[in-house]
This record gives sequence, C-alpha cells and structure tokens, in this order.
Amino acid sequence: MKRVYVNEKWCLGCHLCEYNCAFANSGMTDMVKALKDRDIFPRIRVEEGDSINFAVSCRHCDNPLCVKGCISGALSIQDGVISIDSNKCVGCFTCVLSCPYGCISTSESGAVQKCELCTKNADGTPQCVAGCPNNAIVFEER
Amino acid sequence: MKYVIIGNATAAIGTVEGIRSVDQEGEIVLISSEPHFTYGRPLISYLLLGKTTEDKMHYRPDNFYEANRVTTMLGRTVTRIDKNAKKIVLENGESVSYDKVAICTGSRPFVPPMEGLDSVEDQTSFMTLDDAHRLAGLLGDQKDKDVLIIGAGLIGLKCAEGILHLSKSLTIIDMAPRILPNVLDEYGSSFLQSYLEGLGMKFYLSDSVAKFSTPHHAVCKSGLELDFDVLVVAVGVRPNTQLAEEIGCEVNRGILVNTRSETSVKDVYAAGDCTVSHDIAADTDRILAILPNAYQQGEAAGVNMAGGDKVFDSAFPMNASGFLGLHMITAGSYDGEEYVTKTADSYKKLVVRDNKLVGFILIGDVDRGGIYTSLIRDQVPLDTINFDLIREHPQLMAFAKSERAKKLAQPH
Repeated sequence: MKRVYVNEKWCLGCHLCEYNCAFANSGMTDMVKALKDRDIFPRIRVEEGDSINFAVSCRHCDNPLCVKGCISGALSIQDGVISIDSNKCVGCFTCVLSCPYGCISTSESGAVQKCELCTKNADGTPQCVAGCPNNAIVFEER
Repeated sequence: MKYVIIGNATAAIGTVEGIRSVDQEGEIVLISSEPHFTYGRPLISYLLLGKTTEDKMHYRPDNFYEANRVTTMLGRTVTRIDKNAKKIVLENGESVSYDKVAICTGSRPFVPPMEGLDSVEDQTSFMTLDDAHRLAGLLGDQKDKDVLIIGAGLIGLKCAEGILHLSKSLTIIDMAPRILPNVLDEYGSSFLQSYLEGLGMKFYLSDSVAKFSTPHHAVCKSGLELDFDVLVVAVGVRPNTQLAEEIGCEVNRGILVNTRSETSVKDVYAAGDCTVSHDIAADTDRILAILPNAYQQGEAAGVNMAGGDKVFDSAFPMNASGFLGLHMITAGSYDGEEYVTKTADSYKKLVVRDNKLVGFILIGDVDRGGIYTSLIRDQVPLDTINFDLIREHPQLMAFAKSERAKKLAQPH
C-alpha cells in the first residue's frame, strides 16, 4: 500500500505540508479564506531541531494500536487506510494514548483527527506530499 | 473447526477478528447474556452525557456479525462448560458443541455488604447499557435528584461525569483517601478533585456508608449523614471466572492465561477483564481491566484458536479519561525516579526506573502522549534516546536518526 514516507535530510522545515493539509481538509476552495487568521489543525506536523526537520503523519500501521484501543469503534481500517468516523468518536483520547508516533490530535469538533491520506476530501491524494517543495515527504509503495 | 465465544464485548470482538484473520471458513458461535448488538462498554457514560447515541455506540458496523459469519445467541446465558463432551450448556439446558472456546466474560460489579442496601430501590450499578438506561430513568429529566455515588474510581467518576448535568446535586463517597487511586498519584488525584469540585461535585473521602437507615438516607462511618434520591454503587468489579474455574482452569482472582491467551485447559482460551495479565511496567501479574488489553488478548486468542501464532506480551495499565473538558492520560507504574512539571492547568509526571520509562501522568496537555506510552511498551533504554528532549514534550526528534528512519521511512 502507498504511504507517506519521510526523507528527513530534504526537509526545510517550511511547514507548507501543514498548511496544505489544513487547506485540503477545510472543504473550502480558497486557501486564504480557509487559513488566514485562523488556528489551523493540520494532521501532519513538522518537528524542528537544530539542524534537522521532518514532518510526521499517520503511518497507517498494519498493526494499528489506535484502532485496537478505540473504545467506540470510530477508528477502523478501510482498505489499509486508518480511518476515523468523527461521528462515532467521543473524544476519549485512548488513541492519543496508544499511537507510538503521536499522530492523532484534537480537532475543532472535539473528535480526534488524523491523516487519512486525503481519501475523504476532494483531492483524493495526499496534499502534504503534492505541495512539498523538496520531496522531503513522498507517497509511494515501500 | 467450530469456535464458540462466550461474551460480546471488546475481547470477544477481538477474538472474532483474530479468528477471521486466519480462518475464513470455520463456524463461529457467539453467546452473550446481554441482548444487545456489541457496544463500546465505556461509552455508557458518554451516552448519558449526550456525546453519543445508542446507534453510534455500536462497537462495529451493523453488518459485523454477517460479514464475519458469526452466529449470535444474544440474551442467552451460559451455565457451564462440559470440557469432556466439548460443549457449552445454556440456561435452558440446550447445548452448543465446540472445538475451541474463548471465555470473554468480563467482570461484574462488586457490591460490599452494607446494612439496609436492599431497602434502597432507586439504586444501580454502572457497568452495562441496561444500567445506563436504568440510571437515566431514575434521574428523569427534571434535574431534581440528589445523587450519591459510592466509589471514586474510574467507573464512579465516569458515571459522575455523565450525569452531573442531570442531577440536582452529586456526591461521591469513597473509602480511599483520594480519588482515582489506581490511576493517579496523590497530586494528580487532588488536581482532578479540585477540578471536579469546581464543576459542582462533592467528595467525601476516607469514609464509607455504614448503613442505609431509610431507602433515601445514608449514615456514614464518620457520622456524616447523607440524603439522596438515587444511589449508584461503583465500588469495584470482580472478574467472571466461574465457568473457567469449574472446568479446572487455573484462576488467581482472574483466569490465568499465557501470552497466547491459552488457559491451563486444552482448547479453552480466555481474554479481557476476566483474566490476569503480566504487567510489564510493574513486572507483576494483575488484572488489567482496560479496553486496549482486552482487544489484543482477544485477538491473540482468536488467531491462536484458528491455528495461527500470535503473542500479546505487552500489557500494562493505561487509561485515557477525560472529565468534562479536562483531558488526562496515564500509563504504567509510578514507582521510580520522578520528573514532574506543574502549571496552573496541567500536570505532568514521568517515572523512570532502571534506565526505562515505566510510567507517566499527563493532565491537561496530553498532546502526542502516545510517544511516552511507546517508550514503556517497547521498554526503550533511555540512554539510547535524548531523554532531556523527550522530557520537555513527546517527540520523535529524541530518537536516534536510524530509529527515526525505521519509524518514518519504513512500512510497519
């Protein structure tokens, strides 16, 4: 299955992936309207160090501890993609407690949110990768 | 191959999914005394809180049993297992044969003897969907009931969270000197208690009900007297081990299982809150009645019942338990060297022993806390990571480059 992989030596720490993620999942067509003067809740996040940066998003594990620990059945595996049904999620954060990569976060709605590889938005393919200027994240089979 | 699963909650569903990951053909029969479609048991407090509905509480999609070809016998109670004839006997004498059976019977409320308790009609425990319905019925929608909850553990407090807005007053009493003693340390308990008191809950600790002098009046050991309209008894739970015990499975409070979820009796497996697990954080055997463990034990049971090979050997306590806006995640054991950070609205404690993170408490800011959990689960030697960095906040930057590459540049 294709996943988002990180090539940390190419990451500039520009955070464009975060903006593209937030925009892609905003449901809006105008990036400025979607993001300007708002707190954004991207599903990918850049970690910054002295000389190294990298973007972290859901690994879509074959053995997803978040799904196995989910108390409501809101998290599930859909064709390999770890998917969240925000309608069922009660925001208990057992998945936040379970995810070894820190890739499940809060959202504006109270339900948790996570990368679903843009399968549920209009783009259909990861926009963090599409907008990365330096191939520091790629979407491919490994 | 014919599989029988006794139970219909998390461990049972894990068993079904474990079996079907290996064996698409075998017959699965699932028997449960509760009549309901599988539901997320901890959601009953969220149901009362209005954060979910009975439909949304379904733990799996509505076609789950059909899609997994599970024959359900819901609302039926197993009275015993006949291990020689390899059959399950039901309350009406009917029997169901099996090749392999999984006992996922969970636990039941423990109600200590209290004088006059039988006279209290308007009481309930808080374990099941039926309990939640009963409680909602007792409370009504007038917000005119004084509620007394006995027990300030997770069940009692989640119940309190769920019904605060439905109660005129809410009082919680517990024998222990602090709330959530099994989940939090002393500071964490007092932090949470202040928060909950700020929302209007009232606590009486180091005290217990000596007797109910009338169906709506409790007299406590300390002499305190409490009037109430509705009583919730949430003192604790006991694992349902009887079926296993009767056929000679080793039991020590809970059913003993190995890391393959096998009991000491051939072809009999067990998983979930009715079992004893090995807690890797405290290096001790104990009952870990928590949902993620139940699922993974069940899954291991299912895979192994179906002839596969799966081990679940990373059990340890972990709880995510928000209370009305205050989030809190905790894991592991609190016995060791402590690293504490306190602010007005958050509390963080990391506990280190023998060069490993063995436990943590995060209240308020829980962001990415699962990275800490992974340090416990994987028993990562702390001298192989940048502990100063990860102490500040959970981050993958603290891992060595090669380890990070495994995490972020490889499938897993």
